Amino acid sequence: MRHLIQPEDLSNQEFMDLIETASHILAHPELYKERAKGKILASLFFEPSTRTKFSFDAAMLRLGGEVIGFSDSQSTSSQKGESLADTIRIMSGFADIIAMRHPLEGASLLASKTSRVPVINGGDGGHQHPTQALTDLFTIYHYKKKLSGHKIALIGDLRYGRTVHSLIKTLARFKVDSFYLVSPEELSMPRHILDWMQANYPDIHIYVLHDMEPALRDCDILYMTRIQKERFFNEADYLKLKNSYLLDAEKMQLAKKDAILMHPLPRVNEISIDLDNDPRSVYFEQAAMGMYIRMALILKLLEECDD
Amino acid sequence: MINVSGIENGIVIDHIPAGKGWKIFQKLNLNTIETPVVLLMGVRSTRMGQKDIIKIEGRWDVDLKLLALIDPDITTSRIVDGKVVLKKSMEVPQKVKGLFECANPRCVSHIDQQAIPEFTLVRSNGALHYQCNYCDEVTRYSL
Repeated sequence: MRHLIQPEDLSNQEFMDLIETASHILAHPELYKERAKGKILASLFFEPSTRTKFSFDAAMLRLGGEVIGFSDSQSTSSQKGESLADTIRIMSGFADIIAMRHPLEGASLLASKTSRVPVINGGDGGHQHPTQALTDLFTIYHYKKKLSGHKIALIGDLRYGRTVHSLIKTLARFKVDSFYLVSPEELSMPRHILDWMQANYPDIHIYVLHDMEPALRDCDILYMTRIQKERFFNEADYLKLKNSYLLDAEKMQLAKKDAILMHPLPRVNEISIDLDNDPRSVYFEQAAMGMYIRMALILKLLEECDD
Repeated sequence: MINVSGIENGIVIDHIPAGKGWKIFQKLNLNTIETPVVLLMGVRSTRMGQKDIIKIEGRWDVDLKLLALIDPDITTSRIVDGKVVLKKSMEVPQKVKGLFECANPRCVSHIDQQAIPEFTLVRSNGALHYQCNYCDEVTRYSL
């Protein structure tokens, strides 16, 4: 049984195949509208989400499949003390594929151990978010026509931001040039990820910065993240850090003319709305691309199940 | 001097650093098994000065993996009909399950009763560092 719990579950070739399929779906959506007919996606979101949940749901519906599930664990047996493993055992009897988000780190791996159908990790706490990484790679490929050789700035919450954890480990596999890791000290990239990068990709340059400007000047990809209130144990720490990096039109003048500005969304105030019409801003298109790459992923996992 | 007779069938855990025997006794849940168990503390040792020894009568099915996490010099002997049939030193396990908790409070293994904490050894120079299979956080192991 094939699952997607972390980006390492997919080979580089599979990433490229998914990007190719997603590009084809984007160009010819009518060819795919019945490809998952008769199949059911269980969309199990144990913590709030709009983009990811609706992206999965829309992906399945556009493939002609059906969706069951919830977006609030208050209405589920987990509130009665049921183990996630049991919830998944039951749901995998109802559905052909599961997409799930859970606030606890490692929850999707636990789910995959008891599921009888493919499990897609839609985010497990601050840990991994592989379909966001897929979305990001698809977006970069779409706008830059390649994944290799880029200088990439990751800016904001690099500690609790699961998006950037998945993204850095995934992009490293495609021979990027360098990462500029811009964050306040308290929200810096976890040590185990830096160690992993050093051990596995010693040729990729990594610059750890607190100042955003060098990254703006040098990088081809600017990837902003939100300082996530829900990851903090206390309000005071959040308030201290929430406005660490604010990008507006004036600062964006420093950036390359052909750079692209990405964000996994939702944004709060870290990207000023005066940048929304900047041709380099692709964050809304990025969200839309998430649906197409999820369509490609759902198709792949369903087809492998049927084989 | 206290004299404790040898066992006929079972396991002897020897060369336990003095003072660690009680913790091993607790970690292995030896208070819950029904066959006789002896914990000897502060036994004189030529090599170690003092050591602890545990003798378990009539059982071989004890999970001894954690012994190497405490001290790789600990030895175990399997006794059959009063004779040592197998004596071995402990090796630091590459994978461990359920022996200790993940250091990450957000890890699913703290909350869900079916998520038994499981780890893979990542570094063993000096202290032992185990990476959680669920959340990837590295936990420094100490008893």
